[in-house]
Amino acid sequence: MIDNNIKKVLLLGSGALKIGEAGEFDYSGSQALKALKEEGIETILINPNIATVQTSEGFADKIYFLPVTPYFVEKVIAKERPDGILLAFGGQTALNCGVALYESGILDKYDLKVLGTPVRAIMDTEDRELFVKKLDEIGVKTIKSEAVNSVNDALEAASNLGYPVIVRAAYALGGLGSGFCDTPEELVSLVEKALSFSPQVLVEKSLKGWKEVEYEVVRDRYDNCITVCNMENFDPLGIHTGESIVVAPSQTLSNEDYHYLRQLAIKIIRHIGIVGECNVQYAFDPKSMEYRVIEVNARLSRSSALASKATGYPLAFVAAKLGLGYGLFELKNSVTKSTSAFFEPALDYIVVKIPRWDLGKFHGVNREIGSSMKSVGEVMAIGRTFEEAIQKGLRMIGQGMHGFVGNHDLKIADIEKALKEPTDKRIFVIAKAMREGWSIDRIHDLTKIDRWFLHKLHHIYDTACELRKHDELTSLPLPLLRLAKEQGFSDFQIIREVMKDDFDADRDMKVIRDYRKRNGIVPVVKQIDTLAAEYPAMTNYLYLTYNGSENDVTYLHDHRSIVVLGSGAYRIGSSVEFDWCSVNALMTVKKEGWRSVMINYNPETVSTDYDMCDRLYFDELTFERVMDILDLEQPHGTILSVGGQIPNNLATRLDDEGVNILGTSAQSIDNAEDRHKFSAMLDRLGIDQPRWRELTSFEDINRFIDEVGFPVLVRPSYVLSGAAMNVCSNKEELERFLQLAANVSKQHPVVVTEFIQNAKEIEMDAVAQNGEIKVYAISEHIEFAGVHSGDATICFPPQKLYVETMRRIKKVSQQIARALNISGPFNIQYLAKNNDIKVIECNLRASRSFPFVSKVLKINFIDLATKVMLGIEVEKPHKNAFDLDYVGIKASQFSFSRLQGADPVLGVDMSSTGEVGCIGDYTDEAILKSMLSVGLKIPQKSVLLSTGSAKQKTAMLDAAHMLHNHGYRIYATGGTHQFLNDNGIPAIRVYWPSQSDMQPQALELLHNKGIDMVVNIPKNLTSAELSNGYKIRRAAIDLNIPLLTNARLASAFIRAFTSLPVEEIEIKSWDEYK
Amino acid sequence: MRETKRAVLILEDGTKFEGKSFGHDSSTAGEVVFNTAMTGYPESLTDPSYEGQILVTTYPILGNYGVPPRREKNDVSEFYESDHIHCKAIIAQDYSWEHSHWQADRSLAQWLEEEKIPGVYGIDTRALTKYLREKGSMLGKIVIDDVDVEFYDPNVDNLVGATSCQSVEHHGEGDKTVVLIDCGTKHNIIRCLTRRGVKVVRVPWDYDFTSIAYDGLFISNGPGNPDMAEKTVENIRKAMEIGKPICGICMGNQLLAKAAGARTYKLKYGHRSHNQPVRMAGTDTCFVTSQNHGFAVDSDTLPEDWEPLFINMNDGTNEGIRHKTKPFFSAQFHPEASSGPKDTEFIFDNFIKLL
Repeated sequence: MIDNNIKKVLLLGSGALKIGEAGEFDYSGSQALKALKEEGIETILINPNIATVQTSEGFADKIYFLPVTPYFVEKVIAKERPDGILLAFGGQTALNCGVALYESGILDKYDLKVLGTPVRAIMDTEDRELFVKKLDEIGVKTIKSEAVNSVNDALEAASNLGYPVIVRAAYALGGLGSGFCDTPEELVSLVEKALSFSPQVLVEKSLKGWKEVEYEVVRDRYDNCITVCNMENFDPLGIHTGESIVVAPSQTLSNEDYHYLRQLAIKIIRHIGIVGECNVQYAFDPKSMEYRVIEVNARLSRSSALASKATGYPLAFVAAKLGLGYGLFELKNSVTKSTSAFFEPALDYIVVKIPRWDLGKFHGVNREIGSSMKSVGEVMAIGRTFEEAIQKGLRMIGQGMHGFVGNHDLKIADIEKALKEPTDKRIFVIAKAMREGWSIDRIHDLTKIDRWFLHKLHHIYDTACELRKHDELTSLPLPLLRLAKEQGFSDFQIIREVMKDDFDADRDMKVIRDYRKRNGIVPVVKQIDTLAAEYPAMTNYLYLTYNGSENDVTYLHDHRSIVVLGSGAYRIGSSVEFDWCSVNALMTVKKEGWRSVMINYNPETVSTDYDMCDRLYFDELTFERVMDILDLEQPHGTILSVGGQIPNNLATRLDDEGVNILGTSAQSIDNAEDRHKFSAMLDRLGIDQPRWRELTSFEDINRFIDEVGFPVLVRPSYVLSGAAMNVCSNKEELERFLQLAANVSKQHPVVVTEFIQNAKEIEMDAVAQNGEIKVYAISEHIEFAGVHSGDATICFPPQKLYVETMRRIKKVSQQIARALNISGPFNIQYLAKNNDIKVIECNLRASRSFPFVSKVLKINFIDLATKVMLGIEVEKPHKNAFDLDYVGIKASQFSFSRLQGADPVLGVDMSSTGEVGCIGDYTDEAILKSMLSVGLKIPQKSVLLSTGSAKQKTAMLDAAHMLHNHGYRIYATGGTHQFLNDNGIPAIRVYWPSQSDMQPQALELLHNKGIDMVVNIPKNLTSAELSNGYKIRRAAIDLNIPLLTNARLASAFIRAFTSLPVEEIEIKSWDEYK
Repeated sequence: MRETKRAVLILEDGTKFEGKSFGHDSSTAGEVVFNTAMTGYPESLTDPSYEGQILVTTYPILGNYGVPPRREKNDVSEFYESDHIHCKAIIAQDYSWEHSHWQADRSLAQWLEEEKIPGVYGIDTRALTKYLREKGSMLGKIVIDDVDVEFYDPNVDNLVGATSCQSVEHHGEGDKTVVLIDCGTKHNIIRCLTRRGVKVVRVPWDYDFTSIAYDGLFISNGPGNPDMAEKTVENIRKAMEIGKPICGICMGNQLLAKAAGARTYKLKYGHRSHNQPVRMAGTDTCFVTSQNHGFAVDSDTLPEDWEPLFINMNDGTNEGIRHKTKPFFSAQFHPEASSGPKDTEFIFDNFIKLL
């Protein structure tokens, strides 16, 4: 039974979303909090990620928006004195923090019990050497390398390990002297060479081409163990599991293989002593029963979140209960509610997870995928054939692909190379190779992807070929049409194959849909019930498939349900904030007495937790699939405005089908989305906007620029490669950008907008009802306009806006709301300079900053917006931002360290992967908390300044004074050095990499840890200027030295840490800010 | 498009599920049962406990890893659970026409063709499973090419007799001798015993083994209704008199229970899966087990000196019994796994320790 001495528990969150640590921990943490709450335990949460669901009201009893670092966690412990702490639910951040607290004796000092897996066991899995030793004790094989100093020793090591082996020269950079050896001869020649420039050579068994298989294992304190799920990577070893396409359950393992690895996983978890959940990753030889354990994660992970969604088994929830001392046999299966939680789910469907990359957003990033993670999100597709699931998944990824086939032709210079050295496009390269007639064996030889998967993909290609033989939709043979749908073809793919390039998508979508429905070719709804229908389950967790003949759900058609469309894969620009919005909309829908129905397919989210709604369709957010669901569900209405841009984009087409879109009308959405209509409306209303023009030729572009002057913001409508937008500062740059990156033509116009420098950017988040604003929040960017609003640091309530500016913004927003007759959430972005305001953008949906402003103002904007959409008359809350005695700062989290080569500079395209929001009594305090939360550290002694243009140098002058006055040693590059000297601030001059004969070199200082923080501000965003500082910025990132690239943000941070010692930061929970 | 023959599953109540044939193109009949395991079709197909049954796999994709070669090792099949397929047919949602596994030497379709067993795909196996769950296991027939056949009820036949060996066989070497009553034994039971260094004397289901000098008695799994194996029950009663250790699996559990005086009954739709949770009675120790049975022991009818050893955590049915004082015990699940989890193989160790 459970430990009754545990009455108050501290849970560590994972902070901002970053590559490798994303939304999955919001889900894990939310589940854990729910599990504790059920037991009547008081919960304390530390997580600065204000956009998460777990940091919402009703999840934890107390929430601290503070950095998850030992310093702050200890402060909270000292204040709250909890009885227990949970470390396994906040990713690596929480785990590392927990280990540090343990090692420094803090946990002992406060007599804090670690619930679940003991810290010792965690350390055994985290430290490579301890881990190998631990598994050696029970004869479980790990990946080991042997260090040798002679050719003979190398030969002996290789024969012990078994060929093929990898040889790596120790102490050599860049893989120099490394290579694969299949035979002793090859080994001798390679090792001789390697030893010529390195004293030591590492010999390691090569597992190239081995399968990668994972098991999610659960153990209770009574030593009962289960494996909840196994998963197989489509991509063989060598590609990080976060970068792989993954299927569950495994597809190419025999029963013997499956249970051999399962049994080992249980043996491992018992030996390590996990209490709760852990993940065991294997490399598995495709030609024998040989295996190696790659790693064990003694915590909830991305894989465990995926496994929970893939099986319906709530791993985090159960792990939290086990941490409290329950046995598995004491818990119930939360899907069937009648059978035991001690069981292993049986799936009667296949799940495919596909990563989502956004590498196109970054300059200079290496697009190859490999052993480190670069993806920013993932999707999970469910089907009853592999073909169906993978094609669904490839659409869900949302990068313009329609499935495995039926896409725009990829231009691949060298297919062989592209197969061998995988990039984010690999699966489409496989499609291309098949089109070129490559055999499965040839593709297998280059990719090592198991032939089973390749054969299945080939089926899709074969069907596409069959479809191409026809040229009329309504005479397609029904068996072929059915087969295509069973293989996951969308109507659009079918149209493209049949009609070739000559079609009208909107019209033909209707044609094929009618033809299908007339002939009874429609999808069926199936439940995910954990037991493959063996027991009756009241499950509301659903997906659609064409591989079936019967619905699991009986539809009442009482029009009492409200469908909420979710936000899809996390990507740069759309992540956990829209999950928060979706979840809150669901809660309000439910509270108001309607059945809440969710459609979403992102396994990392809380909105896809089947506990959150009355019915969850884990499926696509395409027009076709949403219509399938609406046909079945026949809801009262559908909410499109809380899931970001994906649902918003469906508005017009759903409206055309007669769907009842709740809130603002589709017509209004279109009037805001369509640049021309919106602009005309603003003109009509007399509202100012930056001058812009949609142009189709170079001449026109030049003429327009003559009018507005450089710089300009250029947005091509069709992007060839690289970023979608760019700021061009001169003619030369403009031409290069337009030639390299975009096509200018009648079909592909370019939007050119005047770029106003040194303007403030302001956000208006609001909810209106029938055109009247009911609640609003105006917040200001710390940075000047030019930094994408998703990357900017945002201050709410605004501290430095003229009252007049605010009043004008309020007035203009109200005018727009009325003109568009808005009912629901919306966001308008403004530029302000000297009290002149210009509208940049208007979105008739919830924005990224909704959770932030809702939580700082303590008025739930989504709750109000949802009520509005449900037709409930809402009152204006009797509270506004002027009443707040505190400040909220939202800061962005970047993941540049994961993106080798990427230039960590901010521009008009968004590059942050996450955010935090912290509250302070003063701006400085809030800034300091938020900047520390996104991983910046307060410099100890020396700072490198390289502060851009004269204007920016001036802007940074105060900050430089503060640094000097606080005893910091200032290093500065040429111009900055001169400027500081002229202003009486002593600084040491350092040299750029291009000035290689001069000393001291900035790069050397960075490498020697002589600098604790870098402020590097490009003069402008021209490529010449960017390349100048690139090496320094990149080195700062690679060496984990805090980097700031914006003068206003750098000044704010410097002011904050020089005026407020960390010790004086108040440790206050959310509810203490009144 | 691939051309395959139409195959219709007709249940005894007239319900039809239409699919396509991927195995041998011949009509057949049997009792329709479902199994929720996600792997292990070669093991299941050759498991004698499936004698007379049409197997529905709830996992929708079948045949992925082909079929391992027909090879013998120490007189038993190396990869199969007997020397031929016992199922009457197999049904899945989707069949993998191409397989991939280093141990496979042919596809499932080829194997079914060789053994003249029909295979059907394209049926909504989830809908079918739900139907069987609601109505209980049912007779059914697969009609291919419109060639109709009669329904067939395997439970009226003595399937134990049909699947048992015909004469005494010897397996393995060792100081101790274990008599294995072959009620349709899975070969892995023999492997599990011989691997532990005992000599196995495998006797037909109705063989009076009491004349053999043995150290322990093992009662195998087997198909069908335990009431058909009264002769075995009589022999077990004699063995109980002798008093040497007795262990049973599945049918063995039911026959031991009957010998002790308890009753068995037919479950609505049986337990066929790899994920059945069982708890050792009176402890906090639980196991995930592989199961395949349609009949169960009624725990309430166990005599005084017997008690339940394991209990199913989902539906509370009996999963094993033991004698309170004597070395007699049995499990309803399959400690020999194959297919399924191997967490309960210790049952063999416990048995061997008693010898």
